[in-house]
Amino acid sequence: MQGISSEAFVLGMSAVGAGLALIAGIGPGIGQGYAAGAAAAAVGRQPEAKADIVQTMILGQAIAESTGIYGLVVGIILLFVRPLMSAL
Amino acid sequence: MEEMGIKFTAMGQEFLIHNTIVHSYLIVIGIVIFAFIANKKILETDPLEKPKGLVNILEIGYTAIRKQLYDVMGTGPTRERLLPYIFTLVMFIAPANLIGLLGLAPPTSDYNVTLALALITFFMTQYYGLKTNGLGGYIKGYFEPLPFLLPLNIVGELSNPISLSFRLFGNILSGGIIMGLVYGALGYLAPIAAPLHLYFDLFSGLVQTFIFMMLTMVFVGGNLPDEDGI
Repeated sequence: MQGISSEAFVLGMSAVGAGLALIAGIGPGIGQGYAAGAAAAAVGRQPEAKADIVQTMILGQAIAESTGIYGLVVGIILLFVRPLMSAL
Repeated sequence: MEEMGIKFTAMGQEFLIHNTIVHSYLIVIGIVIFAFIANKKILETDPLEKPKGLVNILEIGYTAIRKQLYDVMGTGPTRERLLPYIFTLVMFIAPANLIGLLGLAPPTSDYNVTLALALITFFMTQYYGLKTNGLGGYIKGYFEPLPFLLPLNIVGELSNPISLSFRLFGNILSGGIIMGLVYGALGYLAPIAAPLHLYFDLFSGLVQTFIFMMLTMVFVGGNLPDEDGI
């Protein structure tokens, strides 16, 4: 049983943390799916307003995506910038 | 994330110009040249004939963006003054996102660029809020609907530029990282992954451009005075 060096431990835990941070992607997925379903129902009710509905749907989905983007940014920082290595 | 860009030594110091800055300048110079060509073409065009070629394409884009602006912000002289800025924003962000198709690092995958663009929107919003409501009305807006919501209103106002900048930055950067991972994993089979550029560069880039434009219009348009006419 070899000992684990502290650098290796920090690197591994940063990778685990990045993976956990990307669980944030669940929320935007559910929200975007719900928005797309509502848009499909709206197009079924009013086919002539399709352009406006698609535009509104895309805008709302992009805003719903921002929470997922926050998680992604945290994951990217943990993986590539590695701020925790300086704390050793 | 290795340091890439133009290295040079001047006055005994090493300077590094990051490659996203170099690509930003490429795009800006391209826009300036394009503007000169377009200006020359428009001056030569007879307004009574059918539009054709480059002028026609420019007119389609201009009309689409102007219609979008009237739909979101309404009409009036202040809106007319904001139209050139919105059009310039689209003219910069769209090529900046699409330059990834040429294999160059997109300028919008650098957080400095997106934060600068978001801060322009933020200060424009505050300026028009002060100009429209006056100082008293501007401060009173933070105490609505209830006075003890003041910290919440301030945090909500400050989170707008942060979310705006991170949305553009995260989308473009993650597309680049995913493409890099796919190309690294496939090795000799890399050309199979080429269609992924359709989503990650083309669709994602254009959608993010549209969203940045729309949100800028919504944030600024909420603080404009009521006007009538064109």
